[in-house]
Amino acid sequence: MPDAERVERAMKSFVKDFGRTAAIYMESCIHCGMCAEACHFYEVTQDPKYTPIWKLEPFKQAYKREYGPFAVVYRALNLKPKVTVERLQQWQQLIYDSCTVCGRCSLMCPMGIDIAALVSQARHGMYAAGLIPHELWAVTERARLEGSPLGATPKVFKDRLEWLADDHEVEIPVDKGDADVLCTMSSIEIMKYPDSVVATARIMNHLGVNWTFRLDGYEATNFGLLAGNSAAQKQLTLKLIEAAVSCRAKTVILPECGHAYTALRWMGANMYGEPLPFKVQHIAEFLAEQARAGRLKLKKLDKSVTFHDPCQVVRRGGAIEAPREVLKALGVELREMYPTRGTNWCCGGGGGVVANHRADELRYKTFKIKMEQIEDTGAEMPVTTCANCRQTFDDGQAHFKWDVKMHSLLELVADHLVEDDA
Amino acid sequence: MTLLEFARGPGLQWSITIFIVGVLWRLLGIFLLRTKKDLSEPRNPATWKGLRLIALRSWPRREFLGGTAFGEVMGYAFHIGFLLTLFFYVPHVLFFADVSRGLIGTDLQGLTGFAWPTLPNGIVTLLAAISIAALVAVLIHRIVNPVKRLISNFDDYFSWFVTVTPLVTGLAAFAHFAGWPYERLLAYHLLSVELLLVWFPFGKLMHAFTIFAARGATGLIFERRGASL
Repeated sequence: MPDAERVERAMKSFVKDFGRTAAIYMESCIHCGMCAEACHFYEVTQDPKYTPIWKLEPFKQAYKREYGPFAVVYRALNLKPKVTVERLQQWQQLIYDSCTVCGRCSLMCPMGIDIAALVSQARHGMYAAGLIPHELWAVTERARLEGSPLGATPKVFKDRLEWLADDHEVEIPVDKGDADVLCTMSSIEIMKYPDSVVATARIMNHLGVNWTFRLDGYEATNFGLLAGNSAAQKQLTLKLIEAAVSCRAKTVILPECGHAYTALRWMGANMYGEPLPFKVQHIAEFLAEQARAGRLKLKKLDKSVTFHDPCQVVRRGGAIEAPREVLKALGVELREMYPTRGTNWCCGGGGGVVANHRADELRYKTFKIKMEQIEDTGAEMPVTTCANCRQTFDDGQAHFKWDVKMHSLLELVADHLVEDDA
Repeated sequence: MTLLEFARGPGLQWSITIFIVGVLWRLLGIFLLRTKKDLSEPRNPATWKGLRLIALRSWPRREFLGGTAFGEVMGYAFHIGFLLTLFFYVPHVLFFADVSRGLIGTDLQGLTGFAWPTLPNGIVTLLAAISIAALVAVLIHRIVNPVKRLISNFDDYFSWFVTVTPLVTGLAAFAHFAGWPYERLLAYHLLSVELLLVWFPFGKLMHAFTIFAARGATGLIFERRGASL
């Protein structure tokens, strides 16, 4: 693609989604630099280029020149020069490698600017210009063409379900025409943590829910969202929605995956064009609801536990207390990290960063924050409710030869179900 | 026409006109943009409660305080000093009353029976001095701090200049600086205020308005999700 076309595509795509809220944000930054203090990439490097608002600099420049209320003045007097492809190329690393869209900076900004949302918007522009890390592009294409970024095609998923059902002696309903609950999984779970699939089945069966997996809509991972490919995001989202509509599901349960929650729970209806005809819950919310209703009978887990808050589920998703309610139902001693809940540090692998291996070295630096946070609690086991975080922890554990293993909340619940005597 | 006559007459009229038209243009340019309705099912139906972010974000969370305390304290110092000086210094209050009588035929006392409160000159002088000192501190911080230096542009430095200048010229006029004629010092003060008014709509000083919109917009979105404010 010629350079001029790249820039034009990037800017058109960036500006295309521009609405009032984004414009308010663009008009409000006072360059106080406080957002740097909230960013884990800045925290570990002290490099000012990782200041969150700086990651948007070419896009701010483009907004002022092409779209803002005084754009005509900026253009006429060339007060803001045109963004060049070289500049966008320089910023690719800042937009994709050193931002997990965790939104901690958005909590810090004294002006109230949701910087993370602007980074997501900037990714639309970068994607349109073809200025995206190759690995992220490749998995997004794979998801778009095959239905899964990690090769968990419907055939692979079906084979896995049969194997898991057989191996673990658990009933796993597939493709029911009528189900109250549609369960979904993330590709990381299907391919790397299949015990989560089994755990989901065990819990649903334990609760006596009329549930199913559907081969036409099981993959909750949405690399379209992470990459900035809106068309792919919509395609992947609509698959889930159509599968849920097909089986007349009243509830869609999203797996332990942070961005899958954002994609369907908070963006799904907007992609669909109307309110969703079913309820959307993260698995931790579903488990908390069942525990609250007294339906989830659990054996006590006699350990001290610390909880890693997945950014998209907790800070930006609002399911702040649900995982803690589930841990309480497990009877653990919960030792909170500092900071915790909305201000907890990101694992460093969100926003597609863990899938982008050229960012590994930087990501490992940020991971040290998590290691320190967890060790400071003195808890016996860390637990989270996001497979992407878990994968980042497993990778960090291997890299640093750290003797701490991250656990899945879902799998802990499944392992501690009180089975009926009958 | 003397410099003071210009500053009191056409200078003031034009700067106020540019200020009002510019502010309205910029605000309308933002607020007339489309906004998509959020169709997601809210976690908290009373999303308007998110507007509390407008107040909440006035001070950082405890977890963030360490790295930002200097900016917060200095920011508050110069804003409070500037605003108290602007609104409670006796000559300013008389000036606003005069403008009010010219525009609507009466002033606050005529309307409500209550006089606009004022602060003693000594206090105002101290406040203005604190404000200038804080502004100098934030300028130095902007220059020496690597993050702020990187993200700063012309707007940051010029907005700083047009903010500090009225304080400095005001203090100079009050103190009859270097024995200069009071009329000249007053003209400089008025012109510096007019420069601030003219620049206001085009630069970051507009955050005086957009801060409420940005915090409010984020508050509404985050409250809908039940996300951390």
